[in-house]
Amino acid sequence: MTVRLPRRHTAGGRPSAAASAASAAPSVPATIPLPPATARLLTGAGALLAIVSTFLAWTWTTSFPGNLTVTGYPGGLQNITLVGAALTLLHVLAGYGVRGLRWLAPSGTTAPTVLLALGTFAATWYTLGAITTDLGGLVNLEPGGFLAGGATLAAVLGALGLPPARPYPDRSDHFDHFEHTEPPERPARSDRAGQAEHAGQGGHAEHANASDHAHVSNHPEVPADPRLSPGPIPSHAPTTPTAPTAPGTPGTPGTPGTPGTPGTPGTPGHPNALGNPTIPGAPKNTAPANPWHRFRHSLTPGRTPAPIPLPAWADILLIAAAFALGLGLFTYGIEAEYGELFVGYLLLTCTGLAAVGRSGLTDRLSTLTARHHTITLTAAFIAAAAFPLTLTSDAYTNLATSILIFATVALGLNVVVGLAGLLDLGYVAFLGVGAYTAALVSGSPESAAGVHFPFWAAILTGIGTSLVFGVLIGAPTLRLRGDYLAIVTLGFGEIFRITMLNLNGKTGPDITNGAMGIPNVPDLAIGGFDFGDTHDLLGTPIGRFGNYYLLMLLATIAVVLVFRRAAASRIGRAWIAIREDETAATAMGINAFRLKLLAFALGAALAGLAGTVQAHVITTATPDQYQFAGTVPPNSAFLLAAVILGGMGTITGPIVGAALLYLIPNKMDFMQDYQLLLFGVALILLMRFRPEGLVADRRKRLEFHDDADTTANVSATDSTGATPLTRAEA
Amino acid sequence: MAPDATTAPTGPADPAAAPVLTATGVTMRFGGLTAVRSVDLTVHDRQIVGLIGPNGAGKTTFFNCLTGLYVPTEGTVVYRDTVLPAKPHLVTQAGIARTFQNIRLFPSMTVLENVLVGRHTRTHEGLFSALLRSPGFHRAERASHQRARELLDFTGLADKADHLARNLPYGEQRRLEIARALASDPGLLLLDEPTAGMNPQETRAAEHLVLAIRDQGIAVLVIEHDMRFIFNLCDHVAVLVQGRKLVEGTPRTVQSDERVIAAYLGTPFEGEPGQDEAAEVEAAEAARAAETAAAAAAMAARAQAEARERAPGPDEPTRTHPEENDPR
Repeated sequence: MTVRLPRRHTAGGRPSAAASAASAAPSVPATIPLPPATARLLTGAGALLAIVSTFLAWTWTTSFPGNLTVTGYPGGLQNITLVGAALTLLHVLAGYGVRGLRWLAPSGTTAPTVLLALGTFAATWYTLGAITTDLGGLVNLEPGGFLAGGATLAAVLGALGLPPARPYPDRSDHFDHFEHTEPPERPARSDRAGQAEHAGQGGHAEHANASDHAHVSNHPEVPADPRLSPGPIPSHAPTTPTAPTAPGTPGTPGTPGTPGTPGTPGTPGHPNALGNPTIPGAPKNTAPANPWHRFRHSLTPGRTPAPIPLPAWADILLIAAAFALGLGLFTYGIEAEYGELFVGYLLLTCTGLAAVGRSGLTDRLSTLTARHHTITLTAAFIAAAAFPLTLTSDAYTNLATSILIFATVALGLNVVVGLAGLLDLGYVAFLGVGAYTAALVSGSPESAAGVHFPFWAAILTGIGTSLVFGVLIGAPTLRLRGDYLAIVTLGFGEIFRITMLNLNGKTGPDITNGAMGIPNVPDLAIGGFDFGDTHDLLGTPIGRFGNYYLLMLLATIAVVLVFRRAAASRIGRAWIAIREDETAATAMGINAFRLKLLAFALGAALAGLAGTVQAHVITTATPDQYQFAGTVPPNSAFLLAAVILGGMGTITGPIVGAALLYLIPNKMDFMQDYQLLLFGVALILLMRFRPEGLVADRRKRLEFHDDADTTANVSATDSTGATPLTRAEA
Repeated sequence: MAPDATTAPTGPADPAAAPVLTATGVTMRFGGLTAVRSVDLTVHDRQIVGLIGPNGAGKTTFFNCLTGLYVPTEGTVVYRDTVLPAKPHLVTQAGIARTFQNIRLFPSMTVLENVLVGRHTRTHEGLFSALLRSPGFHRAERASHQRARELLDFTGLADKADHLARNLPYGEQRRLEIARALASDPGLLLLDEPTAGMNPQETRAAEHLVLAIRDQGIAVLVIEHDMRFIFNLCDHVAVLVQGRKLVEGTPRTVQSDERVIAAYLGTPFEGEPGQDEAAEVEAAEAARAAETAAAAAAMAARAQAEARERAPGPDEPTRTHPEENDPR
């Protein structure tokens, strides 16, 4: 690693480098203007004090869950603070260049330190707030609690004073323009599509000509354009808050590219703008006056140097360790016993994962996983299969099984939405078709069919019925595009539910038993293996839900395989092409209707597969499980949310999204009344700040966050082979 | 295999050769508007045919009729003895590929993937083959990739294969669109304004590319406004004006045709603006002024009467909507 130190000078990876960089070129001010050495010290001290505080009592009574009264060792939520503070401290130490820690943040320690400090702060202050409100008053806090609060606050303040890993871009305001003008650009894009439609309806194609070209040439997707011409800048100027200061800016009349930010009087934090405004060679990369922009900038990671090649066994060990860590993290979340602990866990996990993403470790890991593809998949499989062994209670295994079912259905929906771009709002109906079919043919005493198929036959029947329904519903509706398709599928989803409700012998033929549903679906028994019994595996008992979890895992793997293979094929490319531009796709010889129907049918079949297993797991099929929207996850709205939240078109995305969407309502039942409200707020925030979803495939990241080195990233990852789509998400 | 400037043009195609494309009496009406009126066009093998005309002449509409994007109201399009159905994907399958006037790439796919999508009609591996990863699937994928790489070489985009299409500069996006169209192994390539928005150097490069395509045995039908481009390349030029084919022939014939000049520039002012003519004009103007004054008075009176009569009519032609003034 030492070999690369010179390059890391610019990234502020080492304290001496950062400090000297900061003193020599004060053009990289942080969010809060502090001398970098002070900031680093403050962060470290804060983190250290926070660690100490977790060994003290935070409150006097054990009526707050988790027993925070013991002086001597941490408990409950204190563990969260402890882990967060320790990680922050480690990153600060890595920032000091302590040997053996530099691997923690290959692309600069500032962004991860800021995020970790914020996460620790949020979790700690949430704990203190919860103690105060639960027990009624600040008086319930012991000195340890106050120490924890103060220490984490100090750590955050210090972290905000750390110099950003990257200098501000040459025309920082221009960079901001880029970000700010992005939302307006999207309408422009659809505008263009609108024009094309317009041209398609009337004979006015030629009239659209001139304005089309204007669009194209102003388009931000043409990278050379905006940077070359100063033209767009004045026109965008009103969109930035900093721009109005432009006329009064000292020293910038001759440089058209830097109209805005420098020299806003009275704003702290960029001494060079006021100090040496007229030096001709003064750095152009001045910091934005707005602290929020500086904060956003401090979160940008520096450049990740190329990793030192390790022997293959070390790579594999690292992958295994990463999966073990992930498994442990997830298990901790599922087993969080009370809502407060889960909130604290969630706060720290989210910021922690973001920190890992910014520190460059994720990139490192994805390089490794890309290199050892099979091993990664095997590790993922083993981690998933070992999951029920790590859980202590059957209730948690049940939870895990439900999450897996939900995630599998979300993955199936991902074929329809993520690949083919068909907005399906009634997808849960296909899960219902599968479940009802399985319930009918699997020998439930209440079943109208009165047959008992073996499991393989039940699965095939479930898949087949779902497929047929998919084709039947798809054939008339897939001639519609966009919003219309969404509305029609929404309607069909509800029609399914109401039909199941009405086939009760009174308002229709007695098939589904109406609102009572089909209960008592017997447990599966495959080749003498009774899924209802507890079996021992490696000395650990695996109960009924554990068995079903493993069965469901097989179904999930099947769905993942189908998704991957379909995506990286001629068919998958055609789907993506249809999603991107249907007219152009048909002009390339793609029979759009047939392929959309194929996607719809495949999605339905996958949901049917999940449905057959679901019917056996929950032993009943009732209509109200399959609504459009509800508070219990497998419903169409949540499925779509899981796909979009997680990241469309990826494999890990919907799984992560499904896990979050299932766990959060389940664990935070104390906020049940506000659940949908919070859910909506979260979606809005996500769409604003991370429109590509939590797990973005590289392509989407490029799409939404245009950056200078974007194409380099793509070619770096894709040069290994022919199927970048799937590789990106591995 | 980059487009080679020195490639010797094979000269105008033998007119006796079998036509690649025969459009007969193609008419396209949108309600009352006839955008294309009974246009005949023939493209022969190894020919570059230009289609020119002022804006709004119906060139793109004619293209859309050829490629099945529009169903022509009348007329047939025959590609090498087969009558083309009005379905875009079947037209492409038959062997006609096109580019679009406003670039329509798949922006979030990589350059290579864009070209691979163009291979769609020439490969037949279905979903099951993809799911089971049969040997045939691998073979077909390899062949597709190889062909796509060849085409990227041909269009000079080989080093950008893994970039997102949206990140390409404008000129390269145009070339990528051509590469994508070529991926379907067409016998006829329709280019809709391939040099729009390009600078002279890029235009020259596009010329070489089109010639190289022709030299591969692909006939080209091109809409273009750049006359130099047209007259440099085309063996045959057709002029569309107001939906009709005005004139057709070699570039030289078309270039010197007065009707074409008139359509583009308006009728030239005949004769010298001499004294007597000026006087004549003045006299005529004076006479007309007097006339119009009288006529205006009469018209006003009549119009008032008419307005009173027609006031309840719902379809007053002079009524304007704000959205009608929308420049789009």
